Amino acid sequence: MSADGRAETSTLLRVSDLRTWYPIRRGLMRRQSGWVQAVTDVSFEIAPGQTFALVGESGCGKTTVGRSILRLETPLRGEVHFEGRDLLKLEPEAMRRARQHLQIIFQDPMASLDPRMRIRDQIAEGMKSFGIGASESERLERVRVMLERVQLDPETMDRYPHEFSGGQRQRICIARALAVEPRLIVCDESVSALDVSIQAQILNLLRELQDELGLSYLFITHDLSVVRYLAHQVAVMYLGKIVEQGPTERIFEAPAHPYTKALLAAIPSVDPERRGAAPRVLGDVPSPSDPPPGCHFHTRCEFVMDRCRAQVPPLFEIEGGRSRCFLAEDSDPSRSVAQNAPKSV
Amino acid sequence: MSALLEVRNLRTVFPGESGPLPVVDDISFSLARGEVLALVGESGSGKSMTALSILRLVPKPGQVVSGEVRLAGEDLLRLPVTKMRRIRGARIAMIFQEPMTCLNPVVSVGAQVMEAIRLHDSINKIDARARTRELFVEVGIPDPDARLDAYPHHLSGGLKQRVMIAMALSMRPEVLIADEPTTALDVTVQSQILALLRRLQSDRGTAILLITHDLGIVNELADRVAVMYAGRLVEVAERKALLSEPLHPYTQGLLRSIPSRSRPGEPLPEIPGVVPPPHQWPAGCRFSTRCPIRFEPCAEVFPEQIRPAEGRRVWCHDVERSMRREGPA
Repeated sequence: MSADGRAETSTLLRVSDLRTWYPIRRGLMRRQSGWVQAVTDVSFEIAPGQTFALVGESGCGKTTVGRSILRLETPLRGEVHFEGRDLLKLEPEAMRRARQHLQIIFQDPMASLDPRMRIRDQIAEGMKSFGIGASESERLERVRVMLERVQLDPETMDRYPHEFSGGQRQRICIARALAVEPRLIVCDESVSALDVSIQAQILNLLRELQDELGLSYLFITHDLSVVRYLAHQVAVMYLGKIVEQGPTERIFEAPAHPYTKALLAAIPSVDPERRGAAPRVLGDVPSPSDPPPGCHFHTRCEFVMDRCRAQVPPLFEIEGGRSRCFLAEDSDPSRSVAQNAPKSV
Repeated sequence: MSALLEVRNLRTVFPGESGPLPVVDDISFSLARGEVLALVGESGSGKSMTALSILRLVPKPGQVVSGEVRLAGEDLLRLPVTKMRRIRGARIAMIFQEPMTCLNPVVSVGAQVMEAIRLHDSINKIDARARTRELFVEVGIPDPDARLDAYPHHLSGGLKQRVMIAMALSMRPEVLIADEPTTALDVTVQSQILALLRRLQSDRGTAILLITHDLGIVNELADRVAVMYAGRLVEVAERKALLSEPLHPYTQGLLRSIPSRSRPGEPLPEIPGVVPPPHQWPAGCRFSTRCPIRFEPCAEVFPEQIRPAEGRRVWCHDVERSMRREGPA
């Protein structure tokens, strides 16, 4: 919190101590028997024109973070500062208006496009609701510009979604998001379902748009190889918590947390001289409704120590970021600060 | 090395508005005992349909119209239906991408594997259960006794895929067809399943036909690779040769567009355009609509198979031209 004043100028989005848990209700009386701890005390910042990647495996909470920011989920607590306001405190109408600058693109474009609507109408719809374009013809002209910007032929604007390929549909979703002049786009597994040759096209497009328009991305994905290409900053999540955070190059060159190391080691390499590495972690990710005590990762960690089973590690400051692992404790210059941080919430 | 499975000139068509569409078109390859052959391609390449054609499981109205599929010399495409049914599962088994859709949600996973065993083998329930337990141990299912009575929804994705592998191995098949076996799994779970498949292949000598879109997985598991594009083979090579020195422009493009191989700050090399749908396939090379080096005959004339080296096949006019210029290797 001490960096508040400076953060106002260099930060587009600041998420603080975000917690999104869902009650588990059982039995006839629907009594609450526990929580699904989807997101626990997640904090990060995104600067203008930068890409922040949230990575992790299924059930780590990365998608819930994105949806909570847009208030598509209801967080229990925390703050989401965007353009100087806490989105979690906005009235519904103010939140609706705030979404103009805060768009989202999902994994499956077919599911987020209306199959019975021409793509020109889908792209114009958002513009209309945010009052962009004075007339129908002005909006239509903008639809053309948007389609060109995502490298689609504007002549196809009268077609329906099923007439396009998967990659083209994702371009339509990007055009629709761009049409309302966003400043931040949440990309939730936006390239994960695409073939690799098409994925490269969309990744290049996203980066060109960022360079041209100064957009920021919150890039949510399970695929670390995509992250390296696009992201400036990376946070790795495991069972609802950020376990490591830092600049992309540092994460890839010198991962600190055992889970990050395992994730990176598990990516199959296409280097023909490198193959057959033994898996660094065993078993599956435990359930977020019943996470292990202590460090959530201790059940699969190759470096597990006794204290990991009982004590919850805080996010220690390390060179080039933060790591939620007791192994990082010694390298933390401000250890006492880090340990106090969770209590000050 | 004699071939265990030999596929020759396989062709599978689906009816289209202006004539049949050959989604599997003149495919030939062989798989030796204990070998892992990867069939690689993007969506719509025909790789899964090739696997289903081998097992004679092509969904209607699709149809295998010509070719041979020889298992130890016997042509499966000409077997009576009842004999083919005994080959499926017993001599050629298959595992799929999504284990949940292949498991019955209301029967315990142990009972499902036992049922598969007793379908082919007349043994009693006690023996079948003992064998299922052994299989669970072999595929690395922790606490196998408890897991025998578990239902699919009790198990994680990784464990369900292990159950599917146990079921596929139950009859000691000579060939295992693995269709995107790890695509639905998390990456740390994927590496465990890949290690398991590698171990099974070396311990049991099972030949594996691996179907995947991921060249990283190819590198992890395959001995040889066959690359498919729009229903056709474009290149067949030994793993190292293919990954270090791809000859076909499509294989080259695929390898280059993998993000982890890019240099930070530089645009990713992309393959422009999209795979055309079957009714728009060009008469010549099917990749010619996207190929960066296409020239005169590419769109019109289908490239002949050429053999630039021992064990290597490629279908490309440009490779042919440069070989002619340089003379035979």
